[in-house]
Amino acid sequence: MTETSTLRPQGPRPQTSRGRGAIVAWLFIAPALLFYGMFVLIPIGITVYYSLLRWNGIGAMQFKGIANYITVLSEPDLLQTIGNAFQLVLYFTILPVGIGLGVAQLIRKHLSGRFGTTARTILFIPQVIPLVAAGIAWSWMLASNGVINQTLQFIGLGGITRGWLGDFDFALPAVGFIGAWVLLGLCTMLLVTGIAKIDPTLYEAAKLDGASGWDEFIYVTLPGLRQEIGVCITVTVIAALASFDIVYIATGGGPGQTTTVPGLEVYRLAFAHRQVGLASALAIVLMVLVIVCILPIQWIMREPRK
Amino acid sequence: MSQSASLQGQWLGTFAARGILVLLMFVTLLPFITMFSAALAPSGTYPPGLQWPSDPQWGNFVEAFQSANLDRLLLSSLTIVAGVVPISVLIGTMAGFGLAKLAPRGSNMVYLLFVIGLTLPIEVVIIPLFYEVKWLGLLNTKLAIILPLIGLYMPFSIYWMRAHFVNVPIEMSEAAEIDGASAWQQFWLVQVPLARAPLLSLAILQFLWTWNSFLLPMVLVEVPLERTMAGALGAFQGQWGTNIPLLCAGSLLILAPTIILFLIFQKQFVAALLQGAVKG
Repeated sequence: MTETSTLRPQGPRPQTSRGRGAIVAWLFIAPALLFYGMFVLIPIGITVYYSLLRWNGIGAMQFKGIANYITVLSEPDLLQTIGNAFQLVLYFTILPVGIGLGVAQLIRKHLSGRFGTTARTILFIPQVIPLVAAGIAWSWMLASNGVINQTLQFIGLGGITRGWLGDFDFALPAVGFIGAWVLLGLCTMLLVTGIAKIDPTLYEAAKLDGASGWDEFIYVTLPGLRQEIGVCITVTVIAALASFDIVYIATGGGPGQTTTVPGLEVYRLAFAHRQVGLASALAIVLMVLVIVCILPIQWIMREPRK
Repeated sequence: MSQSASLQGQWLGTFAARGILVLLMFVTLLPFITMFSAALAPSGTYPPGLQWPSDPQWGNFVEAFQSANLDRLLLSSLTIVAGVVPISVLIGTMAGFGLAKLAPRGSNMVYLLFVIGLTLPIEVVIIPLFYEVKWLGLLNTKLAIILPLIGLYMPFSIYWMRAHFVNVPIEMSEAAEIDGASAWQQFWLVQVPLARAPLLSLAILQFLWTWNSFLLPMVLVEVPLERTMAGALGAFQGQWGTNIPLLCAGSLLILAPTIILFLIFQKQFVAALLQGAVKG
């Protein structure tokens, strides 16, 4: 998405661009295109088509125009799923990126030696395990006699203990924390690796100019980490908006509708309630939301052109 | 500011950062520790969050292994990985090479078409995939998982491999062309051997994504034991939801293969995940 200039090979072109050469070139690309077409592109088209229908998956299809989209954008329950996804962004994105930036600013050097290796290895474990496992582990931790409540009781906050994932007010933040836990290590390591690449003389110059630690952060660290921050935000925002696994396992969308996200609702509508048309419309809305959120981030975070 | 004061400040900063990192590491490991302690409590009881049991029930792991049919599940997961990763890496690499080095007319548009897929949530295609796989008569077979996953991995694979091939100096292919090598020979004899590092990263990432995929196997294959590890794990939660010790023991067993593999190849894994995020 970011480097269209490299698409056109510069200088002398290999003479394969015409005739037999072109056929050979397309043969290299064809198998990938076949799989991608069959299992991604055509399905996207079919989802758009389904989204215009009223269909229970078995019986006759009925053309409904944009009625399903109107339902998605006006039905409070469905709008709430979208609102929930955006609330999850707060936790999935801000916590990992904020903590990661803080750690990076404090270390500022390459994490080397045994400590660095250990930290990297451990912090990456959540990236390796399935999200389902994270959901199961945290459901247990957040249960009424889980380790979170045990800790709260230990420090004298026994009054606020509860079954966090079953609580109408706290279930969504609790799910948010699970996502933050999953993404924390990746963001921290991306930012720590990134900051080590910033020219140290920039920090020395800032110091000579009498810059405070905060100034350094604002004027040296943030611009220097532009690309890495962009990556973190992109990855975490997509993880939040398109979340499914964690929510399905930890709360199943409940209590009530408080933690239902679009991904879960698409699954439920299509495969449990047999409202294929409505589910497809919600899926398309989800796709558009992701693109609308990601494009500006890519735009802002792109390296400034000289 | 005097030099010693600034040095001291730096030292303090490092100390604070290490403190935070140690805390983060603890928070990262805590879920596994509490699952482990719960897994050793007597089966069927409701243990407290974190407490070393007076009489550790190691037998829970055996019971969980048997009741989860873990051997069968491992075999099923490995079959699916073996069906997905080699083909997906191969055709992704071929296309990346074709787009970067052969670049036939119109390939820019095709590349753009692939790149658009990078941000696509799987929920967008899961409904038609169900009906498509059903129509192909593949529902509840391994191919129901394998074929769509290959398609879904194409955007990243091509983005990743094309980025590598674009940076291989043109002299390499020119030398091969002068020697009269065909594009096919050039690909296998010159380009692929030079691409070992990105190929390994790509294979590691695709292994992880396949092993951990959840929604797709759940929708396309009814029997949990015929799915991948994560797909089955979700079903066990329903099966053992009330038996915390067994659920924790089973989950830890299901996690064990990936974690062991990760610890052995941690350098490659970390590199793949870091670069994979930056490029993706």
